[in-house]
Amino acid sequence: MDEAAAVARARAGDSEAFRLLVDAHSRALFGLAYRMTGNKHDAEDVVQEAFLKAYRGLDRFDERSKVGSWLYRIAANCAFDVLRARQRRDRHFASSDDGPSPEPPASEPGPDRMAMGKDVRDRVAAALARMSPRERAAFVLRHFEDQSIEEIGRALDLDTSAVKQSVLRAVRKARQVLAPLAGAAS
Amino acid sequence: MSHLNDDELVLLHYGEDAGPETNAHVETCADCRERLRGLSTTLALARSPEVPEPDEGFETRVWARLQPGLALPEPAGRFRLLRHTAWPRAAGLAALAAAVVVAFLLGREFPSRSQPLSPEVRERVLLVAVGDHLERSRMVLVEVANAPRGELMDASVQRAFADELVSANRLYRQTALRSGEPALAAVLEELERVLVEIAAGPDDLAPAELAELQRRIESRGLLFRVQVIQSHVRERERESVPRGAAS
Repeated sequence: MDEAAAVARARAGDSEAFRLLVDAHSRALFGLAYRMTGNKHDAEDVVQEAFLKAYRGLDRFDERSKVGSWLYRIAANCAFDVLRARQRRDRHFASSDDGPSPEPPASEPGPDRMAMGKDVRDRVAAALARMSPRERAAFVLRHFEDQSIEEIGRALDLDTSAVKQSVLRAVRKARQVLAPLAGAAS
Repeated sequence: MSHLNDDELVLLHYGEDAGPETNAHVETCADCRERLRGLSTTLALARSPEVPEPDEGFETRVWARLQPGLALPEPAGRFRLLRHTAWPRAAGLAALAAAVVVAFLLGREFPSRSQPLSPEVRERVLLVAVGDHLERSRMVLVEVANAPRGELMDASVQRAFADELVSANRLYRQTALRSGEPALAAVLEELERVLVEIAAGPDDLAPAELAELQRRIESRGLLFRVQVIQSHVRERERESVPRGAAS
């Protein structure tokens, strides 16, 4: 049974047919969710939520689309929701008395510039942590996932100018922490 | 045309539409090409984080958790604790009550009292208030922890309760810290994180959001810890009653 047939059968009430999609796409969606949330638990929950939303939205699936792309968009949107929920939580505690937020690494790279893999990863993580949920989602989808601004807009329910601005702001933040290393690498 | 700005270079780097003039300019301007190369070098450093490989049974687990939600059963018996109590009216006053208690204990609300409160009375006031607060919070946690998995949860009542309890919790936590009660403060801190999560969430909790909340409650044994500390608080409250006053 191909995926289009599985969708048709699931639409007709055969929930078992939906399992074929779960088996085929869970790992890819997990990868996307992990890159967006940076957290294994969150990523697993995003996968779960994405499939549930997909099942409940089967009637809205356009048969001319690819099932994988459709699921991908739903998962991206769910991961975006997780990022926003996380920000709400962090804001509360940042406004409380729980001490300062973690600082990004110092602007100077470590002494061993050629063995700087960890340093780069730390800096990328620091840059992502400084991004708003929208910036982070847009950056991950544009930079890591190679989605166009238009595709990102469709996935996150945002207009293209908002996505473009988010990508640009995110890139500025990424460059701030990566620029010193770029000098060292070249 | 003047040189390209950074944003135009970023759009060019990603192959997005930056306008025909921009494309034409970069073809002929060595400076802008060099800046574009520098930008690409910098951004190439930002590689995708390594994604951990899910275990072998991942798809089976996803399906097992998903399957009950696909039947879309009508949730039943929800909110039996919260809706059948008189708390909805009382809970709205939780934060105000906490503020009054704390102010009272700190002597801010009643500065002109000729007889300062004894430490025993202050402690008893705090214990009673914290005991009530823990009981309210525990019931919210129980409702969330026991909600059916894999289903959408109408958490509007719990969310409203949590919203009220967060402010009160913060005051009690700060008071506990100042009063040298680190164990109580630690539990209140953990409790506050979950209450914030519930309060900041939507009225309708999606299965993934519900699962995350349940995981947070379960993973740290929060319900049990709240229950233990609540029991200690009640015990101390009883001990703090002056002899002869209890009868």
